[in-house]
Amino acid sequence: MDAIFDTFKLRAEAVNAEVHRFPHKNEALDFILHYLRDAGVNDAPQAYAVWAQCAFLDGFDQKQLTAKLPGVIFNVNRELSALAKVGISQLDWAIANTGTLMQDAAAVDQRLVSTLPPIHIALMRSDRLVPDLPSALTKIRPEQTNYISFITGPSRTADIERVLTIGVHGPEKLIIVFYDAPGSVN
Amino acid sequence: METKFRESIAKAVHNPNLTGALGRFSEAYRISRAKAYEGYDFEALRTQIADRKSYAASHLDELADLFTRNAEARGTKVFRTNDPAQVREYVLNLARDNGVKSVVKSKSMASEEIHLNQHLEAAGVEVGETDLGEWIIQLAGQTPSHMVMPAIHMTKEEVAAVFNEQVEEGQKPDIPKLVKFARGKLRTKFLDAQMGITGANIAVAETGTLVIVTNEGNARLVTTLPKIHVAIVGLEKLMEKFEDVVPVLTALPKSATAQLMTSYVSMISGPVPNTDGTPKQLHVILMDNRRTEMSQDPKFKQAMQCIRCASCLNVCPVFRLVGGHVFGKIYTGGIGTILTAWFDALKSSDDIQSLCIQCGNCTEVCPGKIDIPGLILELRRRLAVEKGQPLAQKAIFSVVNNRKLFHSMLRAAYVMQKPLQKGNFIRHLPFFLSDMTEFRSLPAIAEAPLRDTIKTIQQPACKEKIAFYAGCLIDFAYPEMGEALVKIMNKAGIEVVFPEGQTCCGAPARYSGAYEVAAQNANDNINALLANDVTYVVSACPTCTVALKHEFISTFESLGQTDSLPRARQLADKVIDFSSLVKKLVDEGRLKFKEGQQLGKITYHDSCHLKRTLHASQEPRQLLTQAGYEIAEMYEADMCCGMGGTYSLKLPEISAPILERKLVNIKNSGATLAVMDCPGCVMQIRGGLDKQNSTVRVEHTVQRLADELESS
Repeated sequence: MDAIFDTFKLRAEAVNAEVHRFPHKNEALDFILHYLRDAGVNDAPQAYAVWAQCAFLDGFDQKQLTAKLPGVIFNVNRELSALAKVGISQLDWAIANTGTLMQDAAAVDQRLVSTLPPIHIALMRSDRLVPDLPSALTKIRPEQTNYISFITGPSRTADIERVLTIGVHGPEKLIIVFYDAPGSVN
Repeated sequence: METKFRESIAKAVHNPNLTGALGRFSEAYRISRAKAYEGYDFEALRTQIADRKSYAASHLDELADLFTRNAEARGTKVFRTNDPAQVREYVLNLARDNGVKSVVKSKSMASEEIHLNQHLEAAGVEVGETDLGEWIIQLAGQTPSHMVMPAIHMTKEEVAAVFNEQVEEGQKPDIPKLVKFARGKLRTKFLDAQMGITGANIAVAETGTLVIVTNEGNARLVTTLPKIHVAIVGLEKLMEKFEDVVPVLTALPKSATAQLMTSYVSMISGPVPNTDGTPKQLHVILMDNRRTEMSQDPKFKQAMQCIRCASCLNVCPVFRLVGGHVFGKIYTGGIGTILTAWFDALKSSDDIQSLCIQCGNCTEVCPGKIDIPGLILELRRRLAVEKGQPLAQKAIFSVVNNRKLFHSMLRAAYVMQKPLQKGNFIRHLPFFLSDMTEFRSLPAIAEAPLRDTIKTIQQPACKEKIAFYAGCLIDFAYPEMGEALVKIMNKAGIEVVFPEGQTCCGAPARYSGAYEVAAQNANDNINALLANDVTYVVSACPTCTVALKHEFISTFESLGQTDSLPRARQLADKVIDFSSLVKKLVDEGRLKFKEGQQLGKITYHDSCHLKRTLHASQEPRQLLTQAGYEIAEMYEADMCCGMGGTYSLKLPEISAPILERKLVNIKNSGATLAVMDCPGCVMQIRGGLDKQNSTVRVEHTVQRLADELESS
């Protein structure tokens, strides 16, 4: 488990992603709230954080979270996502040898929060790590969903003079937050 | 060759931005690609890709039906057509029926192949390319100069100027700022567009899935924000099974951009909800445009194995000089020449096929295992059949084909060259021939050819005999190479016979598409070389060796002359290149090196045919090291020297800068002697150094070994 996580971290960081890991959901949530505050998230255009519905949120009071940090929005739509600074979503599987995240992304809000805002925070259960692409493709099949997304690092281009530039059309920052124990809330 | 084409070459090779950017990229690519493939068995991987893509090419119709059934069952509309006009019509009608005013596109070569943008724009539909490079060249009104990096020929200053003129004043040549500016401008387009158009990298038949790969994330937006998604997919993208995506997705990012994985991969198997909850209209256009025909062509079927990574461009010594614009069409480089011949027209490849120098670099890296140089030769052959050979070429080959006339003319040339000769070189040729000696001196024709001098050598009586195939250069320009070979063989107790009936190996004719001439040369040589009872037929010219060992057979096959095949194969079995033979004799203990020799530093140049067709790159190095030389490896030792036989005569403007790079690398090695196994490379490199008055010497391996070997 730790070896596979280390491989993932190494690969993901090599493509400019940030990788964090916490034993419990609560600690992961604390980290995210801290991060959002530091990033200047508040209830104003260009400063929203849009959070797509996901299993991570089970057990947390979303109203309370918004009260704690105004600007965090759980009713995601196109307009708000386009005006958000941070998008948060949970990904389904992580592929260690390429540092890739994989997701059933048929629900459009999953794609809105991970494409439009300049920062994407990706939540990952630590037990959802697989070694490589062939093993990942046994986990989500095209028979089950019309849209499977793979994300490896932030958006990038080298189209001008071959200079690597991060953040073209998609996020310029990808922050991956692993949590070990999916169950605990309090 | 058309004047316009020649002009475009001149423009490209004299554009320092282009050659600088492409040159630096090709150097970096080689290293980063190798790193990306670390820990992978590339041969196994590409065999898997070639097998699965080849299977798909053999079952195109079936897979297209299967894809259609599966995709339609999920609510996708599938339209299949051979006709590019129908593709354009379909998209335009769809746009009209849905009141589409603005379209955003992520990169789709298939749509560019059929000039879809122009068609939609002419009908009043605004089309925005969203891949940054594609957008830049769309704004600049240019075509892509590279399949993966369309704007690689432009500097940041030029990009800023295009933005200032076409979009908004005030942009500075600062790359992160330019990218940010593009992000802002294109974001509005994404949000406003009513239709998104993409291509696809793979179309999986058994699940009706499109696989789309990007780094910028534009395909995710194009397939998410507009309510209509149209994917234009060439039939070559079809693969049978979902598992087939694994090898392609493993190789494509590594071969294309030296990444382990691209930033984004989307697998779309049916319509998904739009942002307002309505279901998306998903249309897949399976475009044939002669792909079925290609898949049924016994030679060109393998071109269907292309995964469009463009690695053949990145390793090409010619592409890195001229870039994509000289190709004139959407597909560029080696594979682009082949695709243009099919998807545009055979005659569109007439000029551009001549750019291939046949070095074979691309065959080593192609993840689809396509013999690109072989297919380009086949294009050359078909073009020659279609329009006939140029008159001058025909005249030359009719001489080459008449062995006695050819040889007597070469002797006459020895007399005629006298006024031009300086030592062993011809440094200037008059009139229209002056191009040939502008960047390198030519070797003077020897006073007596090897076929005469060899008779004067007293050879010991030996039980074992081998036949020596000299080839034109050794026979008439460098007989001393042949004499050195005889010396070595004699030490091993082998007598060398020189079959008088041997003539040109036919490579010049074959590489010019004149296969009938090459076949005649092949027959003459087979008759001459099989006349004696010998254990080997050895040649010290790798191009000739390849002709004898492989190309006689494939020339006969191409022409359907199956009667000649058994004897061609009989000859092929006996043929061996000089270094491999000597290595064998040393290993068998029949030759040994003088002991304790310290002969100093040399550098070794790999000749294309020796390394990539005959796979002998270690043999000469080991022999030279055993002899007592210290090898100082030059940078890009196995990169072509620009000779390419008649290539250097046909396209001196490309041959010269390729040679220039080689000379710099030789000098930078620090060695004062450059050794190689090919008399053609010797001619090119020695001539180039002579023009520069360099003191670096150039010799064939055979000359360096002759005095260092002893009988055991």
